[in-house]
Amino acid sequence: MIRSDAALVACLLLAPVATLAEGSGMAIVTNEKSSTLSIISPDLQVVRTVETCARPRGILFNADRSRFFVGCADDDMIAIYDTATIELVGRVTGVPAPETFDLHPDGKRLIVSNEEDAAASVYDVTTGEFLGEFLTGEEPEGVQVTADGKLAFVASEAANLVHVLDLDAGEVVADILVDTRPRRFALTPDGKELWVSAELAGMVDIIDVATLKLVGDMQFLPTGFRPEQVTPVDLQISADGTRAYVALGRANHVAVVDVPKRQVIDYILVGKRAWGVALSADETRLYVANGLSDDVTVIDTATLKPITSIAVGGVPYDILIDDR
Amino acid sequence: MIARLVLLLLCLAAHARAEEVARLVYLGLENDPYYAPAEVYTGVSLKDRQRPLAGAQLAFRDTRVLSRALGVSFQLDEILAAEGAALSALDAARTPHPLAILLDLPAAEMQAVLASRRDDEVFINVRDPANHWREDDCAAGLLHTVPSDAMLSDALAQFLRARDWGRVLLLRGPTERDAQQAEAARASLTKFGLELVEEREFEQTNDPRRRDRSNIALLTGSARYDVVWLIDDGGDFGRYVPFSTYSPRPVVGSEGLTPLAWHWAFERYGAPQLNQRFRRGAGRNMTPSDWSGWAAIRAVVDAVSASRSVDPAAVDAALVSEALSVDLYKGVRGNFRDWDGQMRQPILLASHNAVIAVAPIEGFEHRVDTLDTLGVDRAETRCRR
Repeated sequence: MIRSDAALVACLLLAPVATLAEGSGMAIVTNEKSSTLSIISPDLQVVRTVETCARPRGILFNADRSRFFVGCADDDMIAIYDTATIELVGRVTGVPAPETFDLHPDGKRLIVSNEEDAAASVYDVTTGEFLGEFLTGEEPEGVQVTADGKLAFVASEAANLVHVLDLDAGEVVADILVDTRPRRFALTPDGKELWVSAELAGMVDIIDVATLKLVGDMQFLPTGFRPEQVTPVDLQISADGTRAYVALGRANHVAVVDVPKRQVIDYILVGKRAWGVALSADETRLYVANGLSDDVTVIDTATLKPITSIAVGGVPYDILIDDR
Repeated sequence: MIARLVLLLLCLAAHARAEEVARLVYLGLENDPYYAPAEVYTGVSLKDRQRPLAGAQLAFRDTRVLSRALGVSFQLDEILAAEGAALSALDAARTPHPLAILLDLPAAEMQAVLASRRDDEVFINVRDPANHWREDDCAAGLLHTVPSDAMLSDALAQFLRARDWGRVLLLRGPTERDAQQAEAARASLTKFGLELVEEREFEQTNDPRRRDRSNIALLTGSARYDVVWLIDDGGDFGRYVPFSTYSPRPVVGSEGLTPLAWHWAFERYGAPQLNQRFRRGAGRNMTPSDWSGWAAIRAVVDAVSASRSVDPAAVDAALVSEALSVDLYKGVRGNFRDWDGQMRQPILLASHNAVIAVAPIEGFEHRVDTLDTLGVDRAETRCRR
C-alpha cells in the first residue's frame, strides 16, 4: 500500500481512466501466524485460502501487476506469485528475514528491509540477483522509494531513525531522528512530504523531502483511549492528496486525516491491533488488517463507517488489492 | 514534541570529525556467589542466574548506527571488582565521567557505593528487586530498571483479581529474600482486595517431627483456597509443589505462573526480534536479568538522543524526564518514576514456555498512568531523597 504509492501514482498518470476497472477486484491478505494468504472477493467473502511460505508479511505488486511479491520472514525469501492464478512462480532466496519492501520505478530493483540484520538490501526481481546492501539501525521496517527513484527511505524501529538512501550512489545520505519506533511511510502524491508513523509515540512525523527536515507531527488520541494505547503503524494517503488513513494499532481505530490541514477528521472503530491498510482503486473502500482479532474490516470511505469485518487467517499483516 | 526532536544531516565528511564520547560503566563483582551455579543435586542446577551484562552489551551494540546519526561514540566499560572491593573499583568507574554506572552488586556493596555518590553521578540498579531500595533506602541519583518486588507481586495480584481467584494460600520459604517477597505479596493482596486465607512457612527437612512444614500435602491441606501463591527464592522446595497440593489448585509465584520483567517466548511488541538478536549474540535465551541491563543502557542512549548531548547534566535531565520514551519491547514507552527512580514497565505473567498475560491487566485503571497500578505509587512512597 504505502510502498506502492509511488507505483500507484505512476499507474494513475499512465493509465487512462477507462482501464481503471481492470483486475479481479480480489484482495490478498498475508496472515503472518498461519502462513497463509486469504483471498477476499469484491463482495467481501473469503473465497480462497492459499498455503504460503513461513511468516508472510509485506506484499506488493510488480510493475505491471501481473505478479506480486510476498516477504517470507521465517523462510528468508521473497515469494513471487502470479496475480491471476495465485500460483507460486518464483522465489528470491537468501533474503534475511524480509519484512516490508518497495519496488523501484524501474520495475527491477526491490529494496527490502531485513529486520534481523540491521540492513536494507537491494535485489533485482527479474533475476533474483543481490545488488547491494545499506547498513541501517536495528530492526529496519518501512521502505519507501521516491517517484523519481533517486531516494529510498528506510525506518529503523529500534534506533528511532529514518535512513535516507541514495540508490544510485549506494550511500546512506542522511539519518533523520524521529519519534519512538518509526514504522511505515506514505508520500504525499506531490512527493513533497514524507509521513512516518511513530508507533510508540502515538504520532505521525512529517518530513520535508526537499530538505530532509522534520517539519511537523500529528498526535492521535481516539476518545476513551490513553496515549500509550495509541500505536500507529500503516498509513495511506489518497491519490488526490487530501486524505490520509492511519491504522492506530492497539487503539483499535483508523484515524482519518485531512492532509493539508494535518487534522484528524474522524476515528473509525475497527478490530484489534489494526496494522495494515489498503485503499481500493476507486478509493471508496478501505481495507484494514486487524492482527489480534484475525479479521479484516472494510470501511466505506464516503460515510466513514465499517461495512463489515471478515474473518481471515492468524495475525493478518498486510493487504494488496487487485483492482487496477 | 517537535522541538525536542532534532534533525541530523550527517554527511560522511561530518562523520569524520572527532566524535563526542558517551561513556557507560557496568560495575559487578568477580566470582560473585550470586551468580555461582547452585547445584542441588549432581547435574541439577536450579539457579543459573545470568549477569545483566550480556543484555547491556546488546543494547550497546545496537547503538552503532545511532552513533553515526548522532555523531556520538558510545563506550561501555565493564568493571569486575574483587569481592568487598566495589567501592575502590568505583574510582576506575568514575574517570572519565560516565553518564551512568550500572550496579550489579550485593546489598552491602551497593549500599557502600551509594553512600559515596557524588552529586552529578547516576547509578542504575540492574539487579536487586528488593523494595527497600525504592523505599527507606532510596538514594538520590539511583534509578532501577529491574522491577521491584512490589511491581511483580502487584502484577500477579491483578491477574488473580481479574480471574476472580480471590482466596490465596501463601506458601513461603524461610530466607530473607522469601520474607521480602512475602511482605510484597501481602501488600499486593490487600491492594487488590484478595483474601489471604493463611500464610504458611515451609522448611526443607526430613525431620518427621517437622513434617507439617515439609510435607506439601499437609502444607496445602485443611484450608479452602483458589490458588497457592508460592514464594521460594531458592527454588529447590518449590519445584515440587505444583501437582502435589492437597487440593487441585494452580500454583503461582515462584513456580507455575510467574511475574517477570522479560521472557524468551514473548511474541508481541517486537519481542521476538529482541530475543533473536540476543540469542544470536549470547548463544542463549534472554532472561529478565539481561533485560534489565539492556533497558538501562537503552534508557541512557535514548536520553543522549533526546538531549542531543553528552553533557552529564543534560543527559541526566532527559533521563529522569517524564518525556523520556524508551521502547521497552513490551508495548508501551518506559520512563522513570520521579518519586523513587523506578522504571515504569509492564510485567509479563508467564509459565516456563509461554507468556499468559501482561500486566497492567485490562480493567485496572489509574488516574495518571496505568503502569503506576504496579508498584508503589506517588502517594504511598516512603522514599525521601
